[in-house]
Amino acid sequence: MSAPRPLGMTSPPSLHLKTYCMILIMVIFGPLGNALLGKGMKNLGSANSWALAELPNIFVRVFTSAYIWLGVASLLTFFVAYMLILSWADFSYVQPASSVAYLVVALLGYFYLGERISRLHWAGVVVICLGVLVVGYTPPRTTKVPEI
Amino acid sequence: MREALLLFFVVFAGTGGELCVTRAMKRIGEVHDFRPHSIARVVINAMKVPWMWLGVSMMTLAFFSLLAVLSIENVSFVVPVTALSYGAGALGGVVFLGEHVSSRRWLGVLLVCLGVTLVWLGKR
Repeated sequence: MSAPRPLGMTSPPSLHLKTYCMILIMVIFGPLGNALLGKGMKNLGSANSWALAELPNIFVRVFTSAYIWLGVASLLTFFVAYMLILSWADFSYVQPASSVAYLVVALLGYFYLGERISRLHWAGVVVICLGVLVVGYTPPRTTKVPEI
Repeated sequence: MREALLLFFVVFAGTGGELCVTRAMKRIGEVHDFRPHSIARVVINAMKVPWMWLGVSMMTLAFFSLLAVLSIENVSFVVPVTALSYGAGALGGVVFLGEHVSSRRWLGVLLVCLGVTLVWLGKR
């Protein structure tokens, strides 16, 4: 018989370590997946000019693109890590913490896809990450652990 | 116009889907065992929770909207703009999952929204 673990704003260190490892996987594979999808979709023309009758054809072209499949595989890796982490950490903690991905995706866009990014655009990405840092110093879990 | 509508789906269907998936995973309980067969069992258990199916449907809608909007705009624009889901996420966490969001975290969410505004204004 052990005393019940105190609930509230503290979490054991192992929970933090596990959380950070999962976030690292998410931060690498999420942006990589998006960058690959972007590369694949840029070959299909703009959705602004797609007609309804063209959609089946576009659908086929989307799913015969190697970039799209690589992107989907990368995002699936991200999604599995995400599902696992959501089983112990709060959604409103995980989503902000994983958003370092927004900087990674901008870097991938710039270096890998050759996208042009204005100074204001970079500033925006930095402010997003600053927001993430402010959010980051909160405990992974604020809801009660169900009593067994 | 089409672009704005697609981004709306990416943000709101995506966030709604994630909230539903969270609710489903919390019902399953914390995952301690990371061997492949255990992870497979978690996935199978997750598929038995209706919230998971609703969540995955919404995320599918968000995914195809993301594909469509990526054909119009650059990844480095689209993905930061989807950070708008932070406000929606924090709000949904409070209302839908009963999570506590501190004022400090709200400040972070506010900064993220400001960043998204700058990204939007700095487009091209």
